[in-house]
Amino acid sequence: MGAMELVEQSQLTERPRMNAGDTVKVHVKVREGDKERIQVFEGMVIGMHRGGSRASFTVRKVSFGQGVERIFPLHSPTIAKIEVIRSARVRRAKLYFIRDLKGKAARMKETKRA
Amino acid sequence: MVTGLIGRKIGMTQLFTADGTVLPATVLKAGPCVVVQAKTVETDGYEAVQIGLVEDKPIKANKATAGHFKKAGVPPTRVRLEVKVKAGGDPVKAGDQVGVSIFADGDRVDVIGTSRGKGFQGVVRRHHFRGGAASHGSMFHRAPGSIGASSYPSRVVKGMRMGGHMGADRVTVRNLKVIRVDAENNLILVEGAVPGGPGGYLTIRKAIAAKPIRVRQEPPKKKGKK
Repeated sequence: MGAMELVEQSQLTERPRMNAGDTVKVHVKVREGDKERIQVFEGMVIGMHRGGSRASFTVRKVSFGQGVERIFPLHSPTIAKIEVIRSARVRRAKLYFIRDLKGKAARMKETKRA
Repeated sequence: MVTGLIGRKIGMTQLFTADGTVLPATVLKAGPCVVVQAKTVETDGYEAVQIGLVEDKPIKANKATAGHFKKAGVPPTRVRLEVKVKAGGDPVKAGDQVGVSIFADGDRVDVIGTSRGKGFQGVVRRHHFRGGAASHGSMFHRAPGSIGASSYPSRVVKGMRMGGHMGADRVTVRNLKVIRVDAENNLILVEGAVPGGPGGYLTIRKAIAAKPIRVRQEPPKKKGKK
């Protein structure tokens, strides 16, 4: 094992398998003063960015007609949990084209998860 | 006590703190080093040690170099350098092993290396000249402009900033914080970047001008209305 993997290994956390096109619920820990609560961000994964402990993923949702995207570090300790709700058939790894689509066109055909 | 080590840059990564803050970290493989020569006041006029980086691949040394290493009873190393010795601790003698355990988590270190070579670069890249306008009929784009007056002084003053070779210089980065020391695998993680690319040889020494680590203090509470 290389030295880099040795260092990054301790940073890795157990995350479900995700792919572009999956709809996920990301449970984010939010600090407000001394209190900590969980905030859920639900949307479609439009890209996974691999790279050991530096991996991240982009989640897009449409909130009150306004598109919102958040990039999460995959192994960040601020993410309490990730739930994969549905998967969809997509033909590319990065779904950036979805930013230009609205309503019905932005739907993806669901696939059964293995 | 030996105050420095020779190492190699492995690469950069990120580390999470408990609250989710991401720290930029450079992974360095430092040592194990051997003391090739211990210099003393009696023989050399000053205290220092010459250390060598032990690597997997054995090197070919010419007779003179081989003899120098033979004196210490250690196999020849590719990289050697001299570091200072701090008073206190056991006296260091030739043949001793030095490892990353001379550093501890939270220490400040200086890292010295050779920066990446950039080749021949113009003044915009090399000295951050602003350059001229790109369009609107401008005929002055990235040229250096005037480099001095004419008949007096009839020469270009020394140190005039011009295009030329950039990079591949010896660069010292001071006061990097040690995030973690892994004595088992001879690894040191420092916060921030170090000169050169992965695989480059580096000197890692205890910071010579370490700033005290600042502890954030709570501002004093304002008193209520009188």
